[in-house]
Amino acid sequence: MPGKTYRGFLALILTLLSPWAIAQDGRILATGGVTQIEGSAGGGLVPWAVMAGYGAEGEQGGTVSLSHVSLADYRLSTVAANWSWNNRVEVSASRGQFNLGTLGIALEAPDAVLRMNTLGLKTRLGGDLIYGTLPQIAFGVQYKDLRDPTIPELVGAQRDSDVDAYLAVTRLFLGGAGGYNLLLNGTLRATRANELGYLGFGGDRNDDHELQLEASAAIFLNPRTAVGMEYRRKPNNLSFAEENDWADLFIAWFPNKDLALAAAWTRHGAIAGLENQDGFYLSLQASF
Amino acid sequence: MKRLSILAVFSALVLAGCVASPEPAEDDRLYQALGEREGIERIVEDMLIRVTDDVRIAHYFRGIPLGDLRDELADQFCELAGGPCEYTGRDMREAHEDLDLSRADFNALVEHLIAAMERHHVRVPDQNRLLAKLAPMERDMVD
Repeated sequence: MPGKTYRGFLALILTLLSPWAIAQDGRILATGGVTQIEGSAGGGLVPWAVMAGYGAEGEQGGTVSLSHVSLADYRLSTVAANWSWNNRVEVSASRGQFNLGTLGIALEAPDAVLRMNTLGLKTRLGGDLIYGTLPQIAFGVQYKDLRDPTIPELVGAQRDSDVDAYLAVTRLFLGGAGGYNLLLNGTLRATRANELGYLGFGGDRNDDHELQLEASAAIFLNPRTAVGMEYRRKPNNLSFAEENDWADLFIAWFPNKDLALAAAWTRHGAIAGLENQDGFYLSLQASF
Repeated sequence: MKRLSILAVFSALVLAGCVASPEPAEDDRLYQALGEREGIERIVEDMLIRVTDDVRIAHYFRGIPLGDLRDELADQFCELAGGPCEYTGRDMREAHEDLDLSRADFNALVEHLIAAMERHHVRVPDQNRLLAKLAPMERDMVD
């Protein structure tokens, strides 16, 4: 095995050093998914077990992306970058900006914005999205840090930074839905984040990490276009307002390995006391 | 209620996936959909033209008589698709063991096959049926 280790190490060094080796694309179109709102590769809402970009074994890949969610009373914009190596490890960073809109006016802070930075680390434990018998399985963590905790503390959050951990299982079934390729993903997340963390972490009602189930299903109409849905359960830590699960219906388009576009109709329920937060999600991703 | 109905749709999708995924009984529907032996040969030829134009994997094909390879692969795909052909070439593992193929190489081949099938207007479900037959070979071809 030392030969193999040496080769792997050499491949890593070469990969990191050679700028012309940046566009590595040994994985099939769309198999890196898009970027979810916390910056990890996945659907728009849920992190999947896939690694960002198109790097296969011995290669690297990554993406940069912009996402925007426009709801009845809020807006959420995120910019994210992620990088993966060897189809094994993914590192991600994202910065999100949650505009309070109506709630800001009520709080007499009309321009109130909640900013959060998220650093993510994900590793593929085993299996593969397409080949072999095991589905792709990955473990990930997301460290989230709020820039200004004033409003979250006001509503009862216990801290302004915390870590989520998740286990994701993803598989693409070739021809699995009446001949069309079917992607299924299940993610189990341990979290105490309020509204992803924009309203802080933990609360007066509950201050422990709880397991939350997240799920995605998508059908590929052709190799470039997928339609699907996602569902994400969320904790309910703050007594000042009920927190609801989130869901979306999405369409994602991968015209080539450089670009991906995703659009979704999202259903966020009540956020911080304001009901019926339905809206639209748009995301643009460039891969390298 | 909303939560319940969304979960119900998910379960239905998952079930649909499980029920729909097994291949239909062995028949020649896929063979017909691919345009029989002649159609398959055109697809394979298109794929090989793309492959030999791809710097990532073209070197594996250098020195191989492409006409023979096309006929061999067409026989193999034809047999897999339920057609009246017999693949007489070498065992997949044996044929590829010295090549040191990576999964990226295998994926590149798959991409060219998809492009060739699209070019020849093979319906998406039929494309996927052929890919599902070929995917298990990844294990034998990739180191």
